[in-house]
Amino acid sequence: MIELRDIHKTFGSNHVLRGVNLTVPKGSSMVIIGGSGTGKSVTLKCILGLVTPDQGQIFVSGQNVEDVSRDPFLARFGMLFQGAALFDSLPVWQNVAFRLMRGALKRPKAEAREIAIEKLRRVGLKPEVADKFPAELSGGMQKRVGLARAIAADPEIIFFDEPTTGLDPIMSGVINDLIREIVTEMGATALTITHDMTSVRAIADNVAMLHDGVVKWTGPVNDMDTSGDPYVDQFIHGRAEGPIAAVR
Amino acid sequence: MTRFLASVGRTVLSALAMVGSVALFALETVSHLLRPPFYWREFWQALIQIGWLSLPVVGLTAFFTGGALALQIFAGGSRYGAEAVVPSIVAIGMVRELGPVLGGLMVAARVASSIAAEIGTMKVTEQIDALVTLSTNPMKYLTLPRVLAATLAVPVLVAVGDSVGIFGGYLVGVNRLGFNGAVYLKNTVDFLEQWDVVSGLFKGAAFGFIVATMGCYHGMNSGRGAQGVGRATKSAVVSASVLIFAANYILTELFFAA
Ligand SMILES: Nc1ncnc2c1ncn2[C@@H]1O[C@H](COP(=O)(O)OP(=O)(O)OP(=O)(O)O)[C@@H](O)[C@H]1O
Ligand SMILES: [Mg+2]
Repeated sequence: MIELRDIHKTFGSNHVLRGVNLTVPKGSSMVIIGGSGTGKSVTLKCILGLVTPDQGQIFVSGQNVEDVSRDPFLARFGMLFQGAALFDSLPVWQNVAFRLMRGALKRPKAEAREIAIEKLRRVGLKPEVADKFPAELSGGMQKRVGLARAIAADPEIIFFDEPTTGLDPIMSGVINDLIREIVTEMGATALTITHDMTSVRAIADNVAMLHDGVVKWTGPVNDMDTSGDPYVDQFIHGRAEGPIAAVR
Repeated sequence: MTRFLASVGRTVLSALAMVGSVALFALETVSHLLRPPFYWREFWQALIQIGWLSLPVVGLTAFFTGGALALQIFAGGSRYGAEAVVPSIVAIGMVRELGPVLGGLMVAARVASSIAAEIGTMKVTEQIDALVTLSTNPMKYLTLPRVLAATLAVPVLVAVGDSVGIFGGYLVGVNRLGFNGAVYLKNTVDFLEQWDVVSGLFKGAAFGFIVATMGCYHGMNSGRGAQGVGRATKSAVVSASVLIFAANYILTELFFAA
């Protein structure tokens, strides 16, 4: 279980998070929605310790993240970055197998490569891609390699920052199914950021809407359409008029 | 007046903070040497990038400098009828000062910039964050291999530069200034002491450490976007060059002041 209590974060004069409270039950899939620039990516980075919150506490499996030892803590996570963040000095398969080639999870090279190719297949990429370099791939392919890297070591907790942006509708469907599968079959806890309402309905157990630095609404995905919350309504129907200003 | 003093104070304070954070960065890098794992593959790659691929530029600079040095010393020495000192002064000047300093500067231009640009780009494209989430310490994986490789490779580059520079002086001495080849070489070898050479190699190691550390430091602290990376690259080259001159003076005092 992941629990955020009253998280604040300011960059310079930009007060991004103003008291975020969020609970993600173990083995469930939470989707965070919200306008561009509202701090969704920053929220994920706070949990991983890549960004230090100014105020507030974060608990993972009941432990305060400030008190845990970093290496075993991070070994439980997989993260897909919004910009894929592939290592461009390494071929695709070594990106995917990065964790499997060093440190505690190290295994023989051939085996690591095999696992990498299998994970690439699961995100809809052919084995030929394995020996290419990230710069030779299209944006959507890079995103999927990033996804393969995030799930390579079968983590218990997986963060996906916009997994389907830049993908065609069919590939989006494949990725949505994959995320759903990882949660239901492997029992992983997933926290996904997306702007794609089809994805939200396909992968979410619960939805949280971030606006003005706080979670404006949270609840089961089935209650989303009948939430009665004007912010949520405007967002899911993509209306220009409503409480959320179009210029931010 | 108070505003002027305040701004001076602020500048001094931020300069001191910078010195402190660079020192901490260097200390942390060195401390990783004692804590496994050590990433050999990254180390070898850095050795090739920093050492092997810098050979041409270091060799060429040393070659022309050795030649020019021979001409200058000959011209200066002839005023006192002391032309015979050319071989020994070229050798001493090369191995004590010019070899290490020019080698260090060329490596600063070539290596500090490329390290800062590479690590800075990794920083702005979240690759450094990705490393952390993959349980890999960026200081261990990126910084230590480069700093160690530069510290070991630059003395070798300096040794090569010394030899090529002396050879450049020899060519000029023999072909342009009318020295006898055998005499020139004998003079070079007779006057050069072991400490002249070794002190230059120590300088090279210090300069290599400075270059790679400044490249990594500015890359890791790069601002956001292409502009941030550009600024990091510039700062890395400028600060590495200035620190090389400063360190050169301090080391010369330590090694040679009576
Ligand atoms: N390292 C940083 N330094 C300064 N400002 C930052 C930093 N990271 C994020 N911000 C700022 O925080 C705000 C929120 O950024 P974040 O990336 O979390 O947005 P987001 O909700 O993920 O938006 P999007 O949907 O467009 O990805 C932005 O205004 C951004 O400029
Ligand atoms: Mg984002």
